[in-house]
Amino acid sequence: MKIREIKFRKIVIPNKKADKKTDRRTRRGKRISWGYLFPSLAGVLLFFVLPFLVVIYYSMVDNPINKQFVFFENFVKVFNNAAFQQAASNTMKFSLVAVPLAVVLSLLLAMMLESEIPFKSQFRTFFLSPMMVPVASIILIWQVLFHFNGIVNDFIAIFGADKVDWIKSSHAQVVIVILFLWKNLGYNMILFMAALSSIPKDILEVAILESATPFQIFFHIKLRYLSSTILFVTIMSLINSFKVFREIYLLTGNYPYDTIYMLQHFMNNAFGQLDYQKLSAAAIMMSIVMVVLIGILFLTESYFGKDVEG
Amino acid sequence: MRKNRKEITKEIELDADRKRAADKKKRRRRKDLARAMVITMVAACFAVLFLMPIVLTITNSFMSASEISSNYGQVFATSDTGGKTYISEQVNLKFIPDMVSFSQYITVLLKSPEYLFKFWNSVILVVPIVGFQLLAASLAAYGFTRYRGRIKEIIFFVYIILMLMPYQVTLVPNYLVSEWLNILDTRWAIWLPGIFSPFAVFLLTKYMRRIPTSVMEAAQIDGAGEWQIFRRICMPLCKGSLCSVAILIFIDYWNMVEQPLILLADSEAHPLSVFLSRINEGEVGLAFAVATIYMVPPILVFLYGEDYLVEGITYQGGIKG
Repeated sequence: MKIREIKFRKIVIPNKKADKKTDRRTRRGKRISWGYLFPSLAGVLLFFVLPFLVVIYYSMVDNPINKQFVFFENFVKVFNNAAFQQAASNTMKFSLVAVPLAVVLSLLLAMMLESEIPFKSQFRTFFLSPMMVPVASIILIWQVLFHFNGIVNDFIAIFGADKVDWIKSSHAQVVIVILFLWKNLGYNMILFMAALSSIPKDILEVAILESATPFQIFFHIKLRYLSSTILFVTIMSLINSFKVFREIYLLTGNYPYDTIYMLQHFMNNAFGQLDYQKLSAAAIMMSIVMVVLIGILFLTESYFGKDVEG
Repeated sequence: MRKNRKEITKEIELDADRKRAADKKKRRRRKDLARAMVITMVAACFAVLFLMPIVLTITNSFMSASEISSNYGQVFATSDTGGKTYISEQVNLKFIPDMVSFSQYITVLLKSPEYLFKFWNSVILVVPIVGFQLLAASLAAYGFTRYRGRIKEIIFFVYIILMLMPYQVTLVPNYLVSEWLNILDTRWAIWLPGIFSPFAVFLLTKYMRRIPTSVMEAAQIDGAGEWQIFRRICMPLCKGSLCSVAILIFIDYWNMVEQPLILLADSEAHPLSVFLSRINEGEVGLAFAVATIYMVPPILVFLYGEDYLVEGITYQGGIKG
């Protein structure tokens, strides 16, 4: 009896001690883990968060010296600026065309590589390679291809079409969409390939046994499981569609044809004039639009994908 | 007798059934084969479209300067001065040069060092960003992985939002800070925002949170401190992901155009990517060689680390979980 009690005690007391010890340890660990976070957090605060707050402030004062509060005057000014309107509508038009195309085409590519065909991994490499190539390197060839006397015009002449001045007319938008798709399809495709391969096989097998048509399988099963990836691909394509400025700048310089004058051009020119109010207001408006768009995308996704986990 | 006949007819029916099934199978197989062939053809067409610009740039870099200007002189002449020198009416695209010559490369590499200088600019801008962003991000990822609490989750959410913001938005804050710190027009203006970009933190945290906490707890019970857990357990387990993140960062910054344009007023310090767009008719003979040289590092990285790259992109996909 005695022996047992002693044993019991021996077990309990060290445990309590250990608990206290781990408690102390956890608290210490917690503090240390903040230390690990510190360098990055300090950098992000200094370079992104704090200046962003200042940007909000700048967007509401009349100029950095007077610091008169004007609330939304800057926004109204920027909004009524003809160049901004042009840039915003061009960017919006471009995104509206390019993003859905990028999503659909890359899903198609991914499904092509899902089916049983030879040289799958080679095709994957080929489709992905444009992502690696710097825009600046490839721009020369685009210039040659889309020049007024260039190869694309020669090619469409075979079908009896008239020559088109691709870069210096409203057709420039088509060129930009093509360049965008060329660069971004591979990346999106990889995302879709991963998502397609993670769809549970047994569900697809059951569907085939129940003699579902491929269309039904695609629309009722695969799309459901892909919904979160479609959301992500859409967001990424949207962000990348803002980066198409690179192609346009390298292709045409600071003042391109009107229809491809993008928001980044507007910002660049504002940077040139060092007009902080204009810049801040434009940046804030863009960030609000981005947040709203991403929010809408998340909501639609959670509506359509709610009964599928993962 | 009667029974027998029944059995025979049954057998015949069964036979026919089997035959029909086999036929169906054969037909289906043929259909599948046809489908696979069509898909392969379409994929091949896409592959050609995707690869053509790259291959053309490389093959054209082996043309002599005179061949280039006689073929494309017009493209670059009109784009600049409204067409001073018409060398040929038609722009001829050639897959294979008339005569393979290394004259472009010789000029670029030996005779005009300015291109190599710009190339060096690119390297010096990108390499520190990749290195230090990885370092800061792996530390931060560890911080986000261990002892998760509500405050950390909120901060992580802020990181995600920042990651999703386009350059046009983040460039304005970056510019302001560079101005305050008096680092505008120096390389620091590109380096520092690059190093603290939230992208790598997000990806590495995603990876690190996949490591079972029990592994880290076990190490802790065995007496390992936080640094040892980070150094001996998390880092080795994340080796692959570090590679993928490094590749993704490298591609992104090797390709940068906006940041140097705005943050570096001095065009001497501009990387080759910006400089390439300024190449005009006088230098067209070299342009393809310069472009190809600029392509080489990312393509080497790609060939070496394609699987890492794919893995990295795949992980990026799980933004919600």
